[in-house]
Amino acid sequence: MEILRVDTLSVSLPSGGDRALAVEDVSFSIAKGEMVCLVGESGSGKSVVAQGIMGMLPSQLPVKTGCIAFKDKNLPPQRDRAFLKLRSVSMAMIFQDASASLDPLRRVGDQLEEIAQVHDVDRATRKIMVTDILKAVQLPEPQKIARVYPHQLSGGQAQRVVIAAALLLDPELLIADEPTTALDVTTQAEILALIAALQRERGTAVLFITHDFGVVSDIADRIVVMREGKVVEAGDAKPVLQTPQHPYTQKLISVASAQAKLRETAASMPVMVAQNVSLTYVSGGLFNRRVVEAVKDVSLTLHKGRTTAVVGESGSGKSSFARCLLRLEDVTAGTIMFEGRDITHLPRRDLQTLRKRVQVVLQDPFSALNPRRTVGSAIAEGPMIHGMSSQDARLKSEELLELVGLTPQAYNRHPHEFSGGQRQRVCIARALALDPDVLIADEPVSALDVSIQAQVLDLFRDLQNRLGFTMLFITHDLRVAAAVADDVLVMENGRAIEFGEASTIFANPAQPYTKALLAAAPGQNLMKLSAA
Amino acid sequence: MISYVGSRVFRAAITLLIAITLVFIFIRFSGDPAAALAPPDAPQEVIEQYRQAMGLDKPLWVQYTSYLGQLFQGDFGYSIHTGLPSAQIFFERLPSTLVLGGSALGIALSIGLPIGGIAALNRGKPIDRLVMGFSVFAFALPNFLFGLVIILIGALVFQTYIGASPDSFSDVIFPALTLGLATMGAFARFARSSLLETINAPFMIAAEARGIGRNRRLLRHAVPNAAIPLVTLIGLSLGGLIAGSVVTEQVFGWPGVGQLLVRSVATRDIATVQFIVLAVAVTMIIANLIVDLLYLVIDPRIRAK
Repeated sequence: MEILRVDTLSVSLPSGGDRALAVEDVSFSIAKGEMVCLVGESGSGKSVVAQGIMGMLPSQLPVKTGCIAFKDKNLPPQRDRAFLKLRSVSMAMIFQDASASLDPLRRVGDQLEEIAQVHDVDRATRKIMVTDILKAVQLPEPQKIARVYPHQLSGGQAQRVVIAAALLLDPELLIADEPTTALDVTTQAEILALIAALQRERGTAVLFITHDFGVVSDIADRIVVMREGKVVEAGDAKPVLQTPQHPYTQKLISVASAQAKLRETAASMPVMVAQNVSLTYVSGGLFNRRVVEAVKDVSLTLHKGRTTAVVGESGSGKSSFARCLLRLEDVTAGTIMFEGRDITHLPRRDLQTLRKRVQVVLQDPFSALNPRRTVGSAIAEGPMIHGMSSQDARLKSEELLELVGLTPQAYNRHPHEFSGGQRQRVCIARALALDPDVLIADEPVSALDVSIQAQVLDLFRDLQNRLGFTMLFITHDLRVAAAVADDVLVMENGRAIEFGEASTIFANPAQPYTKALLAAAPGQNLMKLSAA
Repeated sequence: MISYVGSRVFRAAITLLIAITLVFIFIRFSGDPAAALAPPDAPQEVIEQYRQAMGLDKPLWVQYTSYLGQLFQGDFGYSIHTGLPSAQIFFERLPSTLVLGGSALGIALSIGLPIGGIAALNRGKPIDRLVMGFSVFAFALPNFLFGLVIILIGALVFQTYIGASPDSFSDVIFPALTLGLATMGAFARFARSSLLETINAPFMIAAEARGIGRNRRLLRHAVPNAAIPLVTLIGLSLGGLIAGSVVTEQVFGWPGVGQLLVRSVATRDIATVQFIVLAVAVTMIIANLIVDLLYLVIDPRIRAK
């Protein structure tokens, strides 16, 4: 039975946007119990479609043509009061940031009960419904969870609560807008499994919105790929994944299924050696002293010209470890050697030469650049501080801009004139301006769209081949690690739990945690399909 | 939670001690009280006698410790002019200042918060611009000017002097309006920005997607969340209840603490000035403490700490 049909839907954008229509001529349908994945990058219009189905399009985004039918009946006009009776009862929606979609001041149980209350469920039944649904989303101790406030939930628990809120009144359609993007891989896998299980039990139709083909390959019955407001490809999951027709789909899939790439690397000399490094943060004052052991006894050797990936979930201490190597933090214990010299307690004034030779690229290319300075001056600043004349520094910056795939004319432009991927290129150029021996990249592609990710990862590899620097690459994403790393160090709770060549680690993980990380990474089916 | 309360109370106590010390320092260094008290042509010996009688000849730290000791015993000194305890003089004046400050705060709250809220809900529309224009005007207008204009209108048009006695309604309402106008503007602006921030928060969109109606979303979810930053602002205005009305009291001839302060400073009545300044500091500190503790009640995130 068909639950939802979107028929030649077009939605206008306010004039002055980069295109006239947010969504153009989009059609698809979802049957009972079916999982349809709406795939596209940010700005593709996929969330606009979801808002339209929920009747929540703002007046600035009017429906131009087409219609949306729910169980063969056209939906009321956007923002109509009649939608109040449909939401939660017939259709429900969950969002990317689960903890933010709960009122921080009210108990979880009260917020769930409120949904039943506004849909005229009597008091006694409400209580039972809430406990039942919290049990159904596999939260331990539902009664206890009902009494806590949102900030007391972990990211995964919050997403479970939000799913519970959506399914409380047993709607026929669930729209999930990037529900696992903010979660780490292990939790992501759990949530995906939960959504799939609930869907089977209840026969709910699910519209799953995501940018991640890895996730899609794990769960989709059918796939709709959107780009710049238009559907570029649609069909059953298997054919789309195996033989994608549109080049854009092909690109997204190839990015997601990037395999660990082995590179010939001669056994080489150690550039940087960290031995038994520990870092303990002490914060707070008289009454609330807190001690956090961020890094516990980690040792690592960086070999010349090789890339070592440090992999772990958020909070595993991987960034803190990098800060120790950069001497941005003073280690609590252990030693750090750079080219055979002990730099663990090198005084601040002697650090300048080290800083020149060890450079860093950060996660967020938006905040890493001063918005008021031209990108050229940002790149030239480093060489000038280290004694290069301003003319030479300018020439050097222009060369670097070309090297990272931008034009020399970019020199005089400001960061806001560039996209995220381009800004990350500028940041890489800036890091390379001092001809560093070691480049430390802290989640450099996590803030970027997948197709841009691939370009930036290519750039890293290409530059490393040409310039021969050593790289420490920090990431939570195993697929990214597989695409760039020669060696992999896996961290958990501040400890190094596994180290080895990338190919070995990915083929035969020794530690259960690494196995869990690998098993949790979305895209398993994609690997199998592309191998077949 | 206990450590939160503990640290706030501890901090309040430290602030109080610093305030007490500063009052001591400023008053001792603002000139010789004995010389001011003695007749203008008094010979040096007479001034010395005054100094000895007042204990001003002793070393500074002895003066400081005996000052602290007196404070802790509840001895705040006597007015040089009337010979009455400074505390008694202060508390005689306090009710009329509280009437003025309280009604000003009441006016500011009851008008400022709703118009700010209305502006937020009509963002970008003419009513929003009107409210924001008014709040800038209210905030920027010096309150003595507004007060003088009101008195002028009263005298010229209605042939009456406004503010003569704090008993009749019109005599309270106009000074209160004068005093509350700036605060009202601040409340309106703050209420608007705070509510705007919450109505666009993800949990509000999520609540809409769950089928919760607009009024309920606003009253049950947006307003409590928007109130959190407002509590700080309201707390600060509570702290200014006593100190804030100096100018307005002067303009309207209002027999309150502000007027007492001005007169005591002019006549170098040290004990009275000292008590008023301490009382102002104490209300500020207490208001801040109340705000901090109120957060415990409103915000579960702080309760958890």
